[in-house]
Amino acid sequence: MDRRTIIKHISILTGVAFIGGEVFIQSGCKPSPSQDGTAFGLPKDDISLLDEIGETIIPKTDTPGAKAIGIGMFMQKMISACYDNDQQIVFTKGVQDFKAVFENKYKVSFINATDSQKQEFVQELNTTTYQYQKNKKDKEADHYFTMIKQLTILGYFTSEDGATKALRYIAVPGKYDGSFAYKAGDKAWATS
Amino acid sequence: MIHFNFRIDMTDTIYINARATKQHTYDAIVIGSGISGGWAAKELTEKGLKVLLVERGARHDHIKDYKTSNLNPWEQEHRGMTTQKQKEDYPVIHRGWAASEAIMDGWTNEKESPYTEIKPFTWWRSYRMGGRSVLWGRQSYRWSEMDFEANAKDGIAIDWPIRYKDIAPWYDHVERFIGVSGTKQGLPHLPDGQFQPGMDLNIVEKSVSKKLNDHFKGKRHLFIGRVANLTSNLPNRGKCQYRNRCWEGCPYGGYFSTQSSTLPAAMATGNLHVITGAIASQILYDKDRKRAKGVEILDTEDNKTYTFESKIIFVCASSLNSTWLLMNSATDIWPDGLGSSSSELGHNVMDHHYNLGASGSVDGFEDFYTYGRRPNGFYIPRFVNLNGDKRDYIRGFGYQGSANREGWERDVAELGIGSSLKDVLSTPGSWTIGATGFGEILPYHENQIMLDKRYYDENGNVTTDTAKGKQKTDKWGLPILAMDAELKENELKMRKDIVAEMKQMFEVAGIKNVHTWDSGHYLGHGIHEMGTARMGRDARTSVLNGWNQVWDAPNVFVTDGACMTSSACQNPSLTYMALTARAADYAVSELKKQNL
Repeated sequence: MDRRTIIKHISILTGVAFIGGEVFIQSGCKPSPSQDGTAFGLPKDDISLLDEIGETIIPKTDTPGAKAIGIGMFMQKMISACYDNDQQIVFTKGVQDFKAVFENKYKVSFINATDSQKQEFVQELNTTTYQYQKNKKDKEADHYFTMIKQLTILGYFTSEDGATKALRYIAVPGKYDGSFAYKAGDKAWATS
Repeated sequence: MIHFNFRIDMTDTIYINARATKQHTYDAIVIGSGISGGWAAKELTEKGLKVLLVERGARHDHIKDYKTSNLNPWEQEHRGMTTQKQKEDYPVIHRGWAASEAIMDGWTNEKESPYTEIKPFTWWRSYRMGGRSVLWGRQSYRWSEMDFEANAKDGIAIDWPIRYKDIAPWYDHVERFIGVSGTKQGLPHLPDGQFQPGMDLNIVEKSVSKKLNDHFKGKRHLFIGRVANLTSNLPNRGKCQYRNRCWEGCPYGGYFSTQSSTLPAAMATGNLHVITGAIASQILYDKDRKRAKGVEILDTEDNKTYTFESKIIFVCASSLNSTWLLMNSATDIWPDGLGSSSSELGHNVMDHHYNLGASGSVDGFEDFYTYGRRPNGFYIPRFVNLNGDKRDYIRGFGYQGSANREGWERDVAELGIGSSLKDVLSTPGSWTIGATGFGEILPYHENQIMLDKRYYDENGNVTTDTAKGKQKTDKWGLPILAMDAELKENELKMRKDIVAEMKQMFEVAGIKNVHTWDSGHYLGHGIHEMGTARMGRDARTSVLNGWNQVWDAPNVFVTDGACMTSSACQNPSLTYMALTARAADYAVSELKKQNL
């Protein structure tokens, strides 16, 4: 929550900086404008599809999954408000690609596919996305699946279910213990 | 939940309005309600002066106006991220880490209040009651004799007109009142103070501290940051609850801000009036008496100006805006403004250079975690160019950092998707540690700010055709600042050392995969901008004397970061507070002697 947290961002730079959370350190580098007046809107079917993709990434186990917290609507809201025009286009095209490639391969829509079909496809997509992000040049667009995965993780673990059931959340700790006992399997804190 | 409310019924009656008020005469006018201005208001009112505190931004009441401070993560609409609209409206703030959903309203509207970057300059401003005292990082370190002597010993710029003994009692006074938690270390170059019990280092930080101490034979130190967060209750203020969301405003009053500390103290005297939405547009100067006679106030709502008179004026508008105000004042006598007779007004702008450091992973400690969110980290004080150490640059740097177990935000791309990913992210990752350097920037005459008097054509390019071009102004038609400053050889050499030394220290301490970074630094980005109206011993080479009085108008005191003669490498706010309290004490005694 202050400048020390910059360290955390740096230490995770092996991955991908959070899309939409870019830091424009160079003063000549300005954020791209958002669409003029036209709100970003996905059709209802696509929201349902995103719910299913999100659920495949963070499924229901002994705690709720991403679908239960409405991850599709969350993605819609975040992309609409926090992504620039180019990123929105990448996302929209990506969702159409996802549908087309999936249906071509499995001859069924993602929503109606079996769990193992969903997992197989999204797992493969995750691998190709990881390779793409690793090899792409700085200026090239991020992969749409990186957007979906990041937003799923963010949306889920900051949701009430994610924070209080999958993780531990204490609004007012009241004290600090820097050598707090931990045993394998204990949940992580929701906030840092 | 316990709230520590100030039971002062006069809250609403102290706020006046330029349009409606009849009283336009005070003993003192304080310009700016941030860290320094709040202190000036408290000290002057407690000494019996009738004070008007002028704030250009809106009212922002303690607790009541901390609207996000009790929201849960899921209640924040964009989970902390800023919107495209905010990125467009606040491009400067988005250069750094402080662009966060909850606090965007605290930053200055950049379209209303533009500035010119002749060279890149990041200016973090908060035009709101309390200023950056609400948003500050709270790290609080004393300067030492070494810092006050440095310019004279190195033959750099000019000598400070004061020494450690002049300010030490005021550090005591300030620390006792604001509440600084920390540990005594007995270091001559980072003097101990009046501390509340220090927060704890965590188990990894303790281990690294011991390894550094052993390896460097007691010559390098890593200890808990000295921070203006309470570890014991103070009257009307509760101790830190380890939520780590200070910058949203603390409902417990757990850290020092104008709102939690100096403002209620000043209000309790019954001697304070506050005016918000009021820009001090110039200091009115009486050339016969060689004194300021008052302040012109521009009402940001009706754009009209009003005159308020006073015996003394404390200028605490934040470093660069204090100088802006001087530059706009008494221009009929000095074209470059009040305090410009030395030709130093606007010059010698400084900051602390950072955006560089090292991080790495820590093996072991899997049986330990942290409880609570500590709004503080460790500090490694300066160790170069002292006690016989000699580098190829002068002055030095310190580090701030922390060790943490990684949370759900960590990158686990290789884990793929599904329940295995969910299970792993639901548990903490391994320990990591990182530290950021903060280096001293020397005062260079050529590093300067000025009023932007250039003309711009319709495409925004500078033009010499004054008939076709227009000068830039802010929303209220007031002139704007232009910044022309950069790091030079001494800082650039130091930066290499900051990175190399941190890497070496982490490796000595057994940290694995040590990674370093240096993202470059533009002046101002450290949010420790200072200088431009420096203190000195000679009116020909400084703007202020050793009591923060403008040489050309001794009843005008500039006590915020503008007054700094050098920058040291410690976080400067504590020093501004101590200088302000010292100057206020002097001002009142001089008033009594009728010297002002």
